[in-house]
This record gives sequence, structure tokens and C-alpha cells, in this order.
Amino acid sequence: MLKHIVRRLSVTIPVLIGITFIVFAMVTFAPGDPITLMLGSETANPENVERLRHELGMDRPWHIQYVNYMARLTRGDLGRSITYKRPVAEQIKERLPNTLVLAISSTLLALLVAVPLGVIAAAKRRSIVDYGATMLAMFGVSIPGFYLGLMLIILFGLKLRWLPIRGMRGFDYGIVEFLRHLILPSVTLGASMAAILTRLTRASVLEALSQDFIRTARAKGVHERAVLYKHALRCALLPVVTTFGLQFGSLMGGAVITETIFSWPGLGMLAVNAVKHRDIPLIQGTVLVFALSFVLVTLAVDLLYVLIDPRIRYE
Amino acid sequence: MSSVERELLGLKAQSLRLGKVFARHKLGVVGVVMVALFVGAAVLAPYVAPYDPYTMNLDNAFQPPSSPGHLLGTDNFGRDILSRLIFGSRISLLIGMVVVSIATVTGTCLGLLSGYYGGWVDQAIMRLVEVFYSFPFLVLVIAVMALFGPSIFNVMWVLGFVSWPMYARLVRAQVLSLKTTDFVAAARATGCGDLRIMFRHILPNTLTPVIVSATLGIPSAILASAALGFLGFGVQPPTPEWGAMVSEGKDFIFLHSNMIIWPGLCIFLVVLSFNFIGDALRDALDPRLSKQLH
Repeated sequence: MLKHIVRRLSVTIPVLIGITFIVFAMVTFAPGDPITLMLGSETANPENVERLRHELGMDRPWHIQYVNYMARLTRGDLGRSITYKRPVAEQIKERLPNTLVLAISSTLLALLVAVPLGVIAAAKRRSIVDYGATMLAMFGVSIPGFYLGLMLIILFGLKLRWLPIRGMRGFDYGIVEFLRHLILPSVTLGASMAAILTRLTRASVLEALSQDFIRTARAKGVHERAVLYKHALRCALLPVVTTFGLQFGSLMGGAVITETIFSWPGLGMLAVNAVKHRDIPLIQGTVLVFALSFVLVTLAVDLLYVLIDPRIRYE
Repeated sequence: MSSVERELLGLKAQSLRLGKVFARHKLGVVGVVMVALFVGAAVLAPYVAPYDPYTMNLDNAFQPPSSPGHLLGTDNFGRDILSRLIFGSRISLLIGMVVVSIATVTGTCLGLLSGYYGGWVDQAIMRLVEVFYSFPFLVLVIAVMALFGPSIFNVMWVLGFVSWPMYARLVRAQVLSLKTTDFVAAARATGCGDLRIMFRHILPNTLTPVIVSATLGIPSAILASAALGFLGFGVQPPTPEWGAMVSEGKDFIFLHSNMIIWPGLCIFLVVLSFNFIGDALRDALDPRLSKQLH
């Protein structure tokens, strides 16, 4: 077990190095001059370009730049944002919790919908509920996140006027305001994950139900509901956990869109603004943090898997 | 009957069986019909679109749906929304096809090399795949697009460039099991070179899962390019790209929501249709899985 954890961690290290290199290389090896791109056509006279290039250390050979970049990273220094004239790390620290709140609430929402729906669909195979759940899941993976978000805004924000359509409220505004602002963004972001997890739960419960241990349980006279929720679901949840880890990446991508639509002050909106202003240090910083959080979640899921799956006791 | 004839008959029977399974999948048929409609609209756009998608007429802006001459109304510049949607289908379908072609060809070749040669080649390619996998897809795409600037050409190659790892992994896994089979040993014994074994003997046997994934890859590419267009980092207005159209309509969401509703619906329907087809194909090509799930 310990051996597995150590091995899993050692695989993560080359990936982390690769990520930092790609984030670094994106700027260094991109065609065209990033400095000119950053300054925009109005302010990009040769003098300004040279000054900024020197300031960012981009007039040195690339391998030295990379070593410097890594050295700064290990100190937690992500550079300074050009637009906001502030350290990138500081801005990310402010925004990251907001994105986490949104990601967690969307995930909870997705699980709350997907697991029961998937189990019922599997238990009542080929019933109306099953077809309904399958169709709903198909819609959920096919609808563009931004379209769903805008439709929710039109319906619940503009027509019915039930919910606020932009911004975020902290706890200091009270729990009700906090939740009211959280609902539409969470539904928007959680929908596709809910759809994927519904399909997966249904499929893996169906597979579990065909196993021998289920027959044994039924033969022992275990109540059908207990068979479903205790025996089958427990076994069926393993792939759900893995898929959650893999889907976390699309959740982060979705966060970029959702935060833009609802003006949610998170990391995604920061990234979009960075791209709009061609603020390269900020783009690098946000992309890096997105990738790191994805790697950490996948790592956590893998380690969790060892703990919850009794069949796997690696060595 | 010669062996060739027998093989042909077998093939015919096989495709007949596949066709039957596919046709039983009603949603798959619905998907094919809808995709055919969109492809028809794309190919015949200049003939079926009632207006030019770029012609502005400010006196005629913000016409509601089903107003005279404009079935879906007009946008803020008085351009006919239906015509723009019809021309937009060209862009979305083209992006979907090109992205998936780039990704499948790159991914399949690298997967073949990785699985066939093993050793350091495999290590290098698989590490690269892992690094690619560790970026949230859309975030990486946005970052790369930011550096190269928004254009339809950049959207296509960037999305293709970021999507290949999935196919590489898929093909590699197939190759690993195929390379130990007798027919590969036989090919080698008859003096086939590595390239011939890889492309003539192994590749055709790995294609089934690749085809299914490619069918499901088209809608993801369309969704991603629409998201880019929406954020303003993809195809740029006035090009009638659906995502960009939604983005243009966003500013008028309070009063003229039909500028958003129709293009969004088109993206949704196209993606849904391809997903239907992909599902039906998977069921038809992988009977074991389909029996389990239905």
C-alpha cells in the first residue's frame, strides 16, 4: 500500500515538470513576439519592447529562462500581472476559493442528481424512468454550458425574477443570499457532470446487478432495496469515483465559461480577463494553477481508490 | 467459392448485421437524419439561405421570429438569423471534421508507434500523453489560442493538437494485445517489415474503437469551438459562427433573446445528433457492451 502511494507520487513528478515546461514553452516558443502581443500595437515601439523584454528576463537563452522560471515557482512567485500591476500569486489566492466553492457545490449537485437517478434507472430498466433518465443524460452532455447558463438566466432571472443572475455574495450577506447567488452557476456547471455520472451509475449498477454476489444476496433473502442500495451501489460507485477524477478537468474548463456568464469572481474569470488583456504572466499563472489542481484531484482520487476498493491491495 | 468470395460474403453479412443493430437503435437513426439535414444545409447554404448572412440593414434590426420574410427574425444589424445559422453550419461541421481528422491521424500514428515499439518510444509518448491529460482541456485551448490569436484556422489546429492523446491511448492499448497474436507473428515470418505490419496488419484491427471515439469526438470539437467563439477567442464576428452569434446576442439578452436562443439550439441539436450516432455505433460495433447496457 505504502509502496503504491510512493510509486504513484513518483509518477506525478515528471508530469508536474512537463506541465511547467509546457506553460513556460507556450510563451517562449510561440511564433510572433509575445512582448509585442502583450503591449498591443499602440504601445509596442522598439524601446518599450526591449525594456519589457529585459524586465521579464526574456532576452536570455531559453534554458536559463526555464531554470529561472522554475526557481521562481518554487518560491511561489508567479510573476507580476501586467494589467493589474500586482503579483499573480496574490490574485490567484483571492480568486481560487471562489472557484472551489462553485466546483464543490456543482459536484455535490451532480452527485445528488446522478446517483439516485442512475440507480433507479438501472433498477427499473426499460421503464419510463429509465428512458427519461437516459434522454436527460443525453441532453445534459450535448447542451453547451454557456447556452444552458443563458437560458437559466432568461427563465429564472429575467422572466420569473426568482434568482439573481450575476455576482457572488459572501457569508457576510447571510447564508440565504450566498445560496441564492450560487444556484444558477452551480446548475450550469454541474449539468454535464450530472449527465455523465447518471449514465455511468446506471451502467455500473446494471453490471453489478449481474454479478454472483448479488444472486447470493438475493438467495439469502436480502430485501431488494438493500440489494440495490447496499450491495450493488457500493460496488458500482467505484467507477463513479474514478470518472469524477477524470471529469474534474472538464469541470475546470466549464468553470471558465460559467464564471464568465455569471460574473463569478473566480479563477476562470481571471483567466478570461488575462487572455483578453494579453496579460501573459497572468495567463501562465492561471493555467498552471488549473493544471496543478487537476493533477492533485486525480492523485487524490487514485489514492482514495486504494482505500475504498477492497479488491485492490496493491502488493 | 474462392476464399476472396467467401470473405466478401462474410463482410457483407457482417455489415448487414451492423446495419440492423444500428437501425434498431432509433435514436441513432434520428441522429443520422438530423446530421444529414445539417450537412445538406451546409452544402447547399447559398441556395437554401433566404438572405446573404453578412448583409446589414439597420432599419430592419431586431425583427421578432416569424416576421414577414424573416422566419427566425433579424439580429442587431438587421441580418437574417436563419441565413446566418445556415451558413454557420458550414463552419461548425468543418471544424468538427478537421479537428477530429487531425486528432485521429496524429493519435493513431503515435499510438501505433508507442504500442508497437515499446521501450523508450512508448515511455516518451505516454509521458507526453499524461502531461496533456493533466491540463483541463478548455483551459489549455484558451491559453494556446491567446498566444496565436483568434482565427478559424487556429481553432482547428489547436483543438486537434490538444485532442490527439485520447486516440493515442486507445490505439496503444489495442496494439499491445494485437502484437502478440499469431497473425502478426505470421506476417513477420513471411518477411513483412515493421511499417507494413503496423499499418497493414495491426492498424485495421484497431479501427473499431477509433471510429466510435471519432464520432463522439466531432460533437466535443463543435462544443469546444462554440465555447471559444462565445468567449471571443475563436472564430470572430461577423463570421456567422454559432458560438460567436450567441456571444453577440448576449448583450441583448433582456429584450431580444431570440438572438441567443436559435444559434444555441443549433449547437445543441448538432451535438445531440452526433452523440446519438456515436452511441448507436458503439452498440452496433461492440455487442458485448450493448448487451450489458440495454
